[in-house]
Amino acid sequence: MATVVSDADEAVSGIADGSTVLIGGFGTAGQPVELIDALIRSGVRDLAVVNNNAGNGRVGLAALLANGQVRKIICSFPRQADSYVFDELYRAGKVELELVPQGNLAERMRAAGAGIGAFYCPTGVGTPLSEGKERRTIDGRDYVLEYPIKGDVALIKALRADTLGNLVYRKTARNFGPVMAMAAKITVVQAGEIVPPGGIDPEVVITPGIFVDRLVQVTGVGPLTRAGAAR
Amino acid sequence: MIMQPAFDATRPLSRDDLARLVAADIPPGSYVNLGIGQPTRVAEFLDTSRRVILHTENGMLGVGPQASADDVDPDLLNAGKIPITETPGAAYFDHAESFAMMRGGHLDICVLGAFQVSFAGDLANWHTGAPGAIPAVGGAMDIAIGAKEVFVLMALFSKDGSPKLVPACTYPLTGVACVSRVYTDYGVFVLTDHGVVARETYGIERNDLAERLRVTFHEA
Repeated sequence: MATVVSDADEAVSGIADGSTVLIGGFGTAGQPVELIDALIRSGVRDLAVVNNNAGNGRVGLAALLANGQVRKIICSFPRQADSYVFDELYRAGKVELELVPQGNLAERMRAAGAGIGAFYCPTGVGTPLSEGKERRTIDGRDYVLEYPIKGDVALIKALRADTLGNLVYRKTARNFGPVMAMAAKITVVQAGEIVPPGGIDPEVVITPGIFVDRLVQVTGVGPLTRAGAAR
Repeated sequence: MIMQPAFDATRPLSRDDLARLVAADIPPGSYVNLGIGQPTRVAEFLDTSRRVILHTENGMLGVGPQASADDVDPDLLNAGKIPITETPGAAYFDHAESFAMMRGGHLDICVLGAFQVSFAGDLANWHTGAPGAIPAVGGAMDIAIGAKEVFVLMALFSKDGSPKLVPACTYPLTGVACVSRVYTDYGVFVLTDHGVVARETYGIERNDLAERLRVTFHEA
């Protein structure tokens, strides 16, 4: 059952070196910046990070990379106008990259959360990203076998949570939050507001509390918001 | 019957005319993904009376115009991470659902840019394979095989003059036999099981174009 903790440092406590960390956000929308900052302060190392991107500017995920805490990044789109932190580490051979098509990234985590052993997917057939993968023709169409991506921990951002961990998100900041919440052993959520049970209409809950372990309220506007959206 | 806008066939199409031409070819009521970059210009020329609903793969249907400086909302971005607005009736959803819409065959059309398209409809638009280039794929592979129809919008020739509609792609592929139409400044090409049909040409004679592309056009 979800527990509400007092600050972001407590929310990310106990994450072991070498963990696979699922970090929500598409670019800056939905990026749990305060949880990432706490992860940096925790000093945990040798992480495999799953995110759509590989960091922007020098804040959030980029700062985690710059601090040398990431061994491997699993993402769909590392290269951006302001991904210079990742670019430099990658070119220097200091971070490993597993490139995954965006929809496969989501579906592989969904599969992990849904107890699916693997699935056949048409994305990437005949391209370099499916080389070496098992291929099968089903009903006349070609597919490749894709395995789940399981997280030790997920860090995500929600608009509002209740104390039981039921979540709603805001606009396109929802992105990977729901699948990451399902796919990790421990799901940590930073919410703009935490309300008592009954404070969220059950009909509009997007992530049910069963997928959530730790909640921390983080109010206010993070450093990435306006500047991030302007890119 | 859709009215085609009239274009001067004696000159190559401008970027805006090309976007206008694609917009006119999108049937009313379609669900459409416009990718990132140049194809998003198509949205500027979609008449609202046609009720075309735009999808962005980061989790939204009902994408509205790009946000003006005053309306920028950090939680409301398109796939190119450009701030956008929502239209009445818009819907948000997570990434798994968003890509299920494409892979599951629910999206009618996507419009993408390309480095190269082969006569058979193979698409190369994610990676040049150049040494030192950092690969990035995003949703390109999912979209290429996901929409019912894939339209490519691109310049027909690269800066060095070499054609981008080619017998076989030399860049790494995004998808196999997935492109159905190619909209370019010099002509519109329909890729069929029988071969390439030049639906119309702009600023070049059909025979001259066939020679430059080293293709024999199939008759429609």
